[in-house]
Amino acid sequence: MAAETAAGAGTAEAAEAAAAMELAGTAKPAGTAEPADTLATVEAGLDALDATTEHEVSRLIRILRSAYPPILAIALILAVWQALYLAKIWPDWKLPGPSEVFTSLKATFSGGDAWTAVGHSVEHGAVGFAASLVIGTPLGLLVGRFKPVRAGVGPILSGLQSLPSVAWVPPALMFFGPQPSMLYAVVLLGAVPSIAVGVVSGLDQVPPMYLRVGRNLGARGLASVRYVLLPAALPGYLAGLRQGWAFAWRSLLAAEIIVQSAQLGHSLGFLLKNAQDSNDMAGAFAAIMLILAVGVTVNQVLFVPLERRVLKARGLV
Amino acid sequence: MTAAVETETGSTTVTAEAAVRLTKVGKTFRDGGAPVLEGIDLNVAPGEFVCLLGASGCGKSTLLNLIADLDKPSGGTVDVPSGRAALMFQESALFPWLSAGANIDLALRLRGRSGKRERRAEAERLLELVRLRGAYDKRPHQLSGGMRQRVALARALAQDSKVLLMDEPFAALDAITRDVLHEELIRLWETTGLAVVFVTHNVREAVRLGQRVVLLSSRPGRVAHEWYVDIPQPRRVEDKAVADLSVEITDHLRQEISRHGR
Repeated sequence: MAAETAAGAGTAEAAEAAAAMELAGTAKPAGTAEPADTLATVEAGLDALDATTEHEVSRLIRILRSAYPPILAIALILAVWQALYLAKIWPDWKLPGPSEVFTSLKATFSGGDAWTAVGHSVEHGAVGFAASLVIGTPLGLLVGRFKPVRAGVGPILSGLQSLPSVAWVPPALMFFGPQPSMLYAVVLLGAVPSIAVGVVSGLDQVPPMYLRVGRNLGARGLASVRYVLLPAALPGYLAGLRQGWAFAWRSLLAAEIIVQSAQLGHSLGFLLKNAQDSNDMAGAFAAIMLILAVGVTVNQVLFVPLERRVLKARGLV
Repeated sequence: MTAAVETETGSTTVTAEAAVRLTKVGKTFRDGGAPVLEGIDLNVAPGEFVCLLGASGCGKSTLLNLIADLDKPSGGTVDVPSGRAALMFQESALFPWLSAGANIDLALRLRGRSGKRERRAEAERLLELVRLRGAYDKRPHQLSGGMRQRVALARALAQDSKVLLMDEPFAALDAITRDVLHEELIRLWETTGLAVVFVTHNVREAVRLGQRVVLLSSRPGRVAHEWYVDIPQPRRVEDKAVADLSVEITDHLRQEISRHGR
């Protein structure tokens, strides 16, 4: 349509084209002789030069390297604490020294209380978190994938996320009584919004390019979700899970500290509340350390390696 | 001088067999908005290598999306008689959570190929075709830009389409790598007999590769001009004939662009 007709200039152009062909031919006499070989070798050379050499550091060295800054920081905190204790600014029962807390911790362990408490709390936390996962993941997918759902439920989720989950303890207690189900309710209300929001942001971060590629490869509907959307959203999802665990653990401890009953048994929250009731500051510090230790351990043993593995496989670390 | 034979487009080839047939294709993104594409008539013959050339805003990528069925035209018809057209993007379109081989495997699987071992063999064969034997388990981030694009090419070939659409696939590569990939692409095109629609804004690249160069105008995108490139392969970007035709096409392109400055 828009192109010119070359009818008039036919012969002249043809002659010129022939000349150009000859020119093109003579321009690379060597190229025609062994083009495949040359191309293959040049390509192999380029590949060799461009190849990234991955620097593998041994696992032990990596762990040591990442461990010593926090160890140093902890040592520093202990030193400051010991100094404050020795300075006698506050009486012993207000600020016990590190050694007193350590003794209290040891006593809790030797009495068997510590393991029982950690066991109960971790069990409640794990069950609550697993349930949050099962509910939060599809909820996040719904909110992330469907505009009307997002418009309606999205703001509620963000709102819930900003609500301190300790606020749920009184209504949960009234509804369920001092049963484990009450703990789970508080954990769910704390962790589900967090996990769902993590899924949504994971989905939002998926480059649209991947979805287009997937569609072109023939992935539509559920296949697109399974082969493209979910794997692409995985890093954001894992970050959401990590945050979800933090919320679950916090909510659980809030509930455990406030509510005690025979059905709930000895928990870390119980240990802490018990220390308060007997005005045992060293015991309270010991309980806090246990709570902290569980939180940090789960993070470092479960979530950090998982996230690292996923990110590393994608070249994002 | 010119190495091109300019011909009338459209009417004469409509009845012939085509790998891609665009008839009066228009695309407007918003109601009442300015059209991005307007009245595009373009046929690509089976096994033909066509380069689409144009300045920004000519809707080159939009046109490829229409041919790839990732978007619907606002007017006219897009016909790809052989079914789906394979599409290859500028960069990083490999899935980073899959190895090079698994990327190809996914394309085979989504095409409906069953049999894990058969797919593996096919993927290995395709990797060998783009001279990446042994790269099956490599992650995309472990490969160079040029190697990634070759894997992407292998994945596109795995779709077993008769039409390969390429959206500025080498734009992000350095000159030497691009040069090598030009040669590689021509080699693959000659062995596979695919029809290729190659979008670029690089005039020399278009002349280096295409049997036909189609110049699109901008805002709206229309077929402004086209050239048949009668320079035999293997060509080089440095060839005088390539350079001369590039000058001629660039002049047209500049005229096209100047219209918007007035």
